[in-house]
Amino acid sequence: MIDLTINTQLAEKILTGFIRTAITRSGFTKTLMGLSGGLDSAVSLYLSAKALGPENVLAVRMPYKTSPPETLEDAQRMIDELGVQSMTIEITDMVDPLINHYEKMSPLRAGNIMARMRMIVLYDQSAAFNGLVMGTSNKSELLLGYSTIFGDSAAAIQPIGDLYKTQVRQLACALGIPEKVIQKAPSADLWQDQTDEGELGFTYAEVDKLLHLLVDQRYRPEDCIAEGFAKPFVDRVLQLMQQNHFKRVMPPIAKLSQRTIGYDFLYLRDWGT
Amino acid sequence: MKIRIALAQFNTKLGDIDSNLKVHLEHIEEAKQQDADLIIFPELSLTGYALQDLVASSALMPHQNDPIFNKLIHASEDIDLMVGFVHEDRRHRFYIAAAYLSAGEIRHIHNKVYLPTYGMFDEGRFFAAGNSVRAFDTRFGRVGMLICEDFWHASLPYLLWLDGADILLFSSSSPGRGLSEDPRLSSSVWVEHTNRAYAGLFTNFVAHANRVGYEDGLNFWGGSTIFDPNGDLVVRIPDFESALTVAEIDLNQLHRTRARLPLLRDERKTLVLRELERILGEK
Repeated sequence: MIDLTINTQLAEKILTGFIRTAITRSGFTKTLMGLSGGLDSAVSLYLSAKALGPENVLAVRMPYKTSPPETLEDAQRMIDELGVQSMTIEITDMVDPLINHYEKMSPLRAGNIMARMRMIVLYDQSAAFNGLVMGTSNKSELLLGYSTIFGDSAAAIQPIGDLYKTQVRQLACALGIPEKVIQKAPSADLWQDQTDEGELGFTYAEVDKLLHLLVDQRYRPEDCIAEGFAKPFVDRVLQLMQQNHFKRVMPPIAKLSQRTIGYDFLYLRDWGT
Repeated sequence: MKIRIALAQFNTKLGDIDSNLKVHLEHIEEAKQQDADLIIFPELSLTGYALQDLVASSALMPHQNDPIFNKLIHASEDIDLMVGFVHEDRRHRFYIAAAYLSAGEIRHIHNKVYLPTYGMFDEGRFFAAGNSVRAFDTRFGRVGMLICEDFWHASLPYLLWLDGADILLFSSSSPGRGLSEDPRLSSSVWVEHTNRAYAGLFTNFVAHANRVGYEDGLNFWGGSTIFDPNGDLVVRIPDFESALTVAEIDLNQLHRTRARLPLLRDERKTLVLRELERILGEK
């Protein structure tokens, strides 16, 4: 049996310690993040508020004109509950000129433009607020590459990046996040009625188990099929993991000298802190 | 004979020896105030763990003339110390090392033999591997030191036991991993099980200092312990907490346990040697 149950108390202890250390060691006291009204940013917000105190956390709501008003309300409810700082910056007027610049614009391109505009807003606020941008990616979407490179993937730290979506949900329950947010269908909110699971073609409950075998338990693909996962599903997940690997690494530098960043110039990010 | 051992479970600053030395000296002072006879610091306690290209600039030659070691040697006049550092030998090879200092002298240096170079670990890329394991005499009897992966191989604690060590001093910078529904990480549970097993199987004291804090995304879980020759827990510092904890051990327990359970007496070293030679001779 594949069991993805986590001890949420232990996860909370390690992750709040991580956030506190990572933010303060580089001389900051504050963090900010986009708050969509969804699960991942909610968990990141609650963890950050616990780690740094609500006064040191800025939640930024960045709706587009098609964003459902209820997600804004869900976000506001969490802001009020935690007492964190907040602001709302609508991105419609920023992204529409570019979207409308072209006659045809696929939902994918438009979605990427929105994700990258939100990144620009957050990094601008990072300077204004004097805080570091908190990443809100989970392990499922990082492995599947379900993100916009230099968009939602851009962040200073990724506290929940080693928790599968189903585990993030367990942590959300323990943190006291509103039930409505926990139960909501995961969505990147890039176009109307978009859901992750609709777009991916499988549920997180299914794929998290498969990823756990493939990645954590080092099962071979044929072993996963023997465990009862359909071959097309296994093949598709492997393909997504491979073709999106570029989103998980720094761009390769062409080596010419004796010592090249990324190959033989190796320091932790924490170097000097 | 009763002795008081201090376990220093704390965070380090990566590559900043001056800052880490200051913390060492503070802990030593506090341990002395609590009448500790010996204080054990974690692996690479003077430098931090994931040094990568900081190894060469963090390395020390353990000697009276080294300004860092000089302070520690001086501090050891009142209390025995086990400290972790990057050891640069005369041929400029860099080792993960532990030094035992006592009565103003360097008594022993152990260079880490097993350098994990798999999974999340890359020690073999940056460090030379030690090539010996020796017990040594202290004012508390004969002891042996090992560093982290060294005691994931049963052979090294076994050799120290045969070499006369009644107290095993373990240090580590063990990254926490293995979150499940259990209240502790699987790394913490595993290490504690093995330490307890060594104490019980060798009817020895096993004292282990592990660090806490974070380096990039790695957490270090702490959970430093002392087990007695019955395999019973003497003290455990809570996971993830910075603390200096002093615990008393009664060395007479060795007499009592070994009177009941003569595992050391019955250990057949020549059989081990004969069978090892046979195994090594087989193709």
